[in-house]
Amino acid sequence: MAVDLNMPVLIVDDYKTMLRIIRNLLKQLGFNNVDEAMDGGGALAKLRQKEFGLVISDWNMVPMTGIQLLKEVRADEKLKAMPFIMVTAESKTENVVAAKEAGVSNYIVKPFNAATLKTKLTAVIGNF
Amino acid sequence: MAQDAGLGKTADGGELVLSDHDGLSVEAVTSIVKEALGTMEGDINGPDLRVLQEIQSISDYIAKSKREVAAIRPDKISSEHIPAATDELDAIVLATENATNSIMEAAEVIESVAEKSDAETSQVLVDAVTAIYEACGFQDITGQRIGKIVGVMQNIETKITGLVEAFSDEIEKLKAEMPDEEETPEVLDDSDLLNGPQLENDAQSQDEIDQLLASFD
Repeated sequence: MAVDLNMPVLIVDDYKTMLRIIRNLLKQLGFNNVDEAMDGGGALAKLRQKEFGLVISDWNMVPMTGIQLLKEVRADEKLKAMPFIMVTAESKTENVVAAKEAGVSNYIVKPFNAATLKTKLTAVIGNF
Repeated sequence: MAQDAGLGKTADGGELVLSDHDGLSVEAVTSIVKEALGTMEGDINGPDLRVLQEIQSISDYIAKSKREVAAIRPDKISSEHIPAATDELDAIVLATENATNSIMEAAEVIESVAEKSDAETSQVLVDAVTAIYEACGFQDITGQRIGKIVGVMQNIETKITGLVEAFSDEIEKLKAEMPDEEETPEVLDDSDLLNGPQLENDAQSQDEIDQLLASFD
């Protein structure tokens, strides 16, 4: 099934610069319906208010981290099937393992490029 | 040396050792020993005296260490140096964030031009803009790294604050002996003038500098 490029995408990062970068890269890839949150708590609130097709989240945020957000999403009956990509500078093996065990759909290590973002998006939501 | 110091031998013939680095006069040692003897009851033998001397030596060593630690002025490290360094790091994060946003704004303008250009030109512009977006990710990474450094410094600050509390009496003595008001030298040399970029609150604006320059006219 073709990917709906108009599906709402939620990007979560505590750095405004990074939100802007991801938003612009997504725009280049054709995704124009992008919403933002600056921490896990804000993201969870938005996810419960509106239907999103994908979450792209940083890990290192306060007070709710990306991994906590992921666990909340997977524990929520309505959200548990949500595609969830972690974009983070945390690149230790234990981080990746923890994220995988928590149910992450894919994992992007910062700094990343547009090609990597597209590859991971394709792996998670299909070709577009 | 012990004999030179006038202490002779102990009751059981053992030699008392008083090393040079103890830094105590014979009179001081004699006074301490007499004071200690006055508090003791019964016979005092050689081993007792050696224990007393060791205790005195440890006490002197601790006092010397306290003076040395106080001389470093750990109070200034926690009250001035670390907060100043943290402010500088915060300023770096802010400056890189502002610069990155300016770069991104310019890149977004270029991207909007690309949308109105022919296909070939547009692709070239979009590729260049994409490379700019990717490179701007440095701000996030450096911000996180600096955040880690700030965390380490706060940890050091906590430890030093503990040190300051433990050595507060020595530090107060040192402060009284050596007030730390830095006098501005009459003639400033190069090193006096190399202060680096000022934090926003400390810096003079261009207007203020212009006014200052104009005041010489």
